[in-house]
Amino acid sequence: MSEKEKATRDAYGEALLELGKRRSDIVVLDADLSGSTKTVKFAKAFPERFFNIGIAEQDMIGTAAGLALTGKVPFASTFAVFAAGRAWDQIKIAVCYSNTNVKIVATHGGITVGEDGASHQALEDIALMRALPNMTVIVPADAIETTSVINEIADYRGPVYVRLGRAKVSAVMPEDYKFKLGRAYTFHIGKDVNIIAVGIMVDTALKASKILRDEGIDTGVINMSTIKPIDEETLLLTAKSSKIIVTAEEHSIIGGLGGAVCEFLSENYPVPVKRIGIRDAFGCSGSPKELLKLYGLTVEDIVETVKGTLKV
Amino acid sequence: MVGKITDIKTLENIARQIRIHILRMLTEAGSGHTGGSLSATDVAVAIYFSKMRFDPQNPKWRERDRFILSKGHAAPLLYAILAKAGYFQMEMLSTLRKINSPLQGHPCSESLLGVEISTGSLGQGLSVANGIALGLKLDVIPARVYCLLGDGEIQEGQIWEAAMTAAHYKLDNICAVVDNNGLQIDGPVEEVMRVAPLHEKWTAFGWHVIEIDGHNMREILVALDEAENTKGKPTVIIAHTIKGKGVSFFEGKVEYHGIAPTQEELEKALKELGNE
Repeated sequence: MSEKEKATRDAYGEALLELGKRRSDIVVLDADLSGSTKTVKFAKAFPERFFNIGIAEQDMIGTAAGLALTGKVPFASTFAVFAAGRAWDQIKIAVCYSNTNVKIVATHGGITVGEDGASHQALEDIALMRALPNMTVIVPADAIETTSVINEIADYRGPVYVRLGRAKVSAVMPEDYKFKLGRAYTFHIGKDVNIIAVGIMVDTALKASKILRDEGIDTGVINMSTIKPIDEETLLLTAKSSKIIVTAEEHSIIGGLGGAVCEFLSENYPVPVKRIGIRDAFGCSGSPKELLKLYGLTVEDIVETVKGTLKV
Repeated sequence: MVGKITDIKTLENIARQIRIHILRMLTEAGSGHTGGSLSATDVAVAIYFSKMRFDPQNPKWRERDRFILSKGHAAPLLYAILAKAGYFQMEMLSTLRKINSPLQGHPCSESLLGVEISTGSLGQGLSVANGIALGLKLDVIPARVYCLLGDGEIQEGQIWEAAMTAAHYKLDNICAVVDNNGLQIDGPVEEVMRVAPLHEKWTAFGWHVIEIDGHNMREILVALDEAENTKGKPTVIIAHTIKGKGVSFFEGKVEYHGIAPTQEELEKALKELGNE
């Protein structure tokens, strides 16, 4: 593990460019945000395979579905709020119901979008995407995982939603890590508590687990990067070893990772679960650091939640 | 591959048969969209049987022409045509809207070969058609993409997003048709939400526009030729049609937008269409 910092969207831009060099069937669409989503790298290298659709996310998704029908592998990118929210019905009908091979890679997920405020912070995109049949939902934890995810989904046939972030994140995954669709990555299984996290919260969970272990609470951390289909085997194993489970995500506690974990465990192996995330609220402007503190998504918040829940 | 039919009388006769199938299917189903299926019949028949190259034995043939039914409510029209073209047995038409049938209430590409993409939520087909057209151009495949739109449907904003995209990328392999029957479920389009002036709107969006009588087979064929020969921009054919066309007591009646014929109405309608 290195402390190298890099935004997942930057890793995406580079991975897409490399993928484009290897495969001529890769095409990319953007909705006037290629500089921010980093698809601009691909656009410059392969202008004939890049389609800027303008500020028209619904049209972008439909166009991507059409390209998929001719055998192309389209990657469609914009901010998560617009991808998952604005174009939800197009994703439902033209992508999921039609089972077209469209990869939606949304950047600027979560509260760490920062200063742009609530209209630009996707806090419900995972819930929206997870509810759609045929959809695979992935939230990589760092740049290493993002690169691996992009390569893996290019080979997978079917609709995929990948959620990336704007802010830089520390490298948490091993350098030689290879993402496997539907497989969680277990850093450590704790005998007292296990924190299941996605995205930037994996790093936060790892830091919290260190503090908790130092205080004698055996705390494990699992990176559940594929939220759908969720890794049921790992969830069961984890639940069996846990007094409590804590989920951590930069998303509403309704319908995201926390929802998915609770749905599975309550039916299969009920253990107490505490969900850390945005508590049914809109975001607001501020620096990412300030916002994480305001919405209770810091290392300290996890530590306190774990201690508080263990006492009960 | 289905042979190209250019004889007007033959095409008119196919259209008459298709209308009969539509009415039978809808009566058997007990629900569905009668008016908008009948208004678009002549144009759709001309596209499939005089213009399109496809192979029902090889439905995913890469070089086939594509047809996107953006107004998915006219599913019975598409199903009757696909059956006639040989994609599946005619007998299957009677399963429309029934449990476990591939003939869903609105077209589902995952359940029926020949349906290119699922539709039914209005406004989405033209974007998909654009994507196919872009993909075909990348692969240098000279196939064409036809997209049937409703005049009420184009109230959806996505249609105009897609209209910009098609013109921006000079998709001259696209031919859209607006089935301009003037009625939508709540009443006349003019009263619910005006879409006119159509010609000027599409022209302003960068399209080549052709206006025709959508029930005149000769005019339809000429327009489809003109669309194919128009280079550098997409073509839209504004087909002036009559909702419920072919059955006198359905024609121009907004009530028959989303209602299936009764058994009695079916018998009367079949007589009018020359089928006892």
